[in-house]
Amino acid sequence: MTAPFYEFGMFGDEISLVVAFVIGLGFGFFLERAGFGSAKKLTAQFYLTDMTVFKVMFTAIVTAMLGLFYLSWAGLVDMSLVYLTPTYLLPQVIGGLLLGFGFVIGGYCPGTSVVAVATGRIDAIVFLVGITAGIFVFGEAFPAIQGFVFSTDMGYVTLPELFHLRYGLVLFAVVLMAIGGFYGAEVVEKIFARGTEGSRS
Amino acid sequence: MAPASRTTTASSAAAFMNPYLAGIGLGLVLLASYVVMGRGLGASGAPSALVAVAVDSIAPAHARANEFYLDYLESGVGHPLKTFLVFEVLGVLVGGFVSGMLAGRFTKTVEKGPRISVRNRLLLAFVGGSLMGIGAKLARGCTSGQALSGGAVLNVGSWAFMMMVFAGAYGLAWFVRMQWK
Repeated sequence: MTAPFYEFGMFGDEISLVVAFVIGLGFGFFLERAGFGSAKKLTAQFYLTDMTVFKVMFTAIVTAMLGLFYLSWAGLVDMSLVYLTPTYLLPQVIGGLLLGFGFVIGGYCPGTSVVAVATGRIDAIVFLVGITAGIFVFGEAFPAIQGFVFSTDMGYVTLPELFHLRYGLVLFAVVLMAIGGFYGAEVVEKIFARGTEGSRS
Repeated sequence: MAPASRTTTASSAAAFMNPYLAGIGLGLVLLASYVVMGRGLGASGAPSALVAVAVDSIAPAHARANEFYLDYLESGVGHPLKTFLVFEVLGVLVGGFVSGMLAGRFTKTVEKGPRISVRNRLLLAFVGGSLMGIGAKLARGCTSGQALSGGAVLNVGSWAFMMMVFAGAYGLAWFVRMQWK
């Protein structure tokens, strides 16, 4: 086992900040390449005229998921040292819902708004100010809502553990789901994109 | 209706990358983050650290009595802003700028549909951002930290979160449609 490199002490905290910056470079680059610096392109996902958000997101998830699986199978990555966010189901469900509302109202999500700011979108600057305001509101409310924030604690848990299934099986199911989803996305896009172009077919 | 304009916006701008190729690129960056650092990507952590530092500079006693702020104030390499998430987001800013410049997509503009005023669009951008700030903190991450990063390691909370993001956005889309088209 040699990875995660940082967890094995291959470099220190100061270097980790440089690594963070370089990872961010790649992240921002591909988000912009995909067209995610544009609120109209992002929100078109929710009007079914452009399914790029779904396609990019699930291709990325499948790529990283398969990569991690094979690297850990080959003994190169110790998955027990890979960080997992603990699950607090109810606050995460409500949080997801609020985030979805914010996405279609505001036009971005946090990462894509940074890319939009970098490519000149003034509405994205305002959106980021809004995010900061929202975090401040959450921070000030935190002592009062702490009970809810830490409710329905399920600990560190993955889907295979929850359903008592083999990791490889769930992985396979996700890949199948993604492929089915991509096919569906292409079909849906053709139907709805035609609608917005009026008489053009 | 407008004549033959396709999905790309300005005619001078290069076409976007094939979504599946961009997804593979993004997935490899995420994989690299896991292999090198042992953690995924994130975006809402940086503004959170910023808020904690700002509150601390104005009302230190108030900030340090609050566990949410304290968490951010106590992390970092010697300073709460010297963290992975802050430097990563700085990278996102530069990476996005470089890609945008190379493709001729840098345009100082307010993104909106033709049926809404600039003022109202900016108002909604602020409202949407605020909802997202609250939601991301409740969920312990956003589309990057939860959906993308947690999705790839089959995290239960991340998948529940992801489905709710889509549900919320689709559920509300009809009501705000005049903002976009």
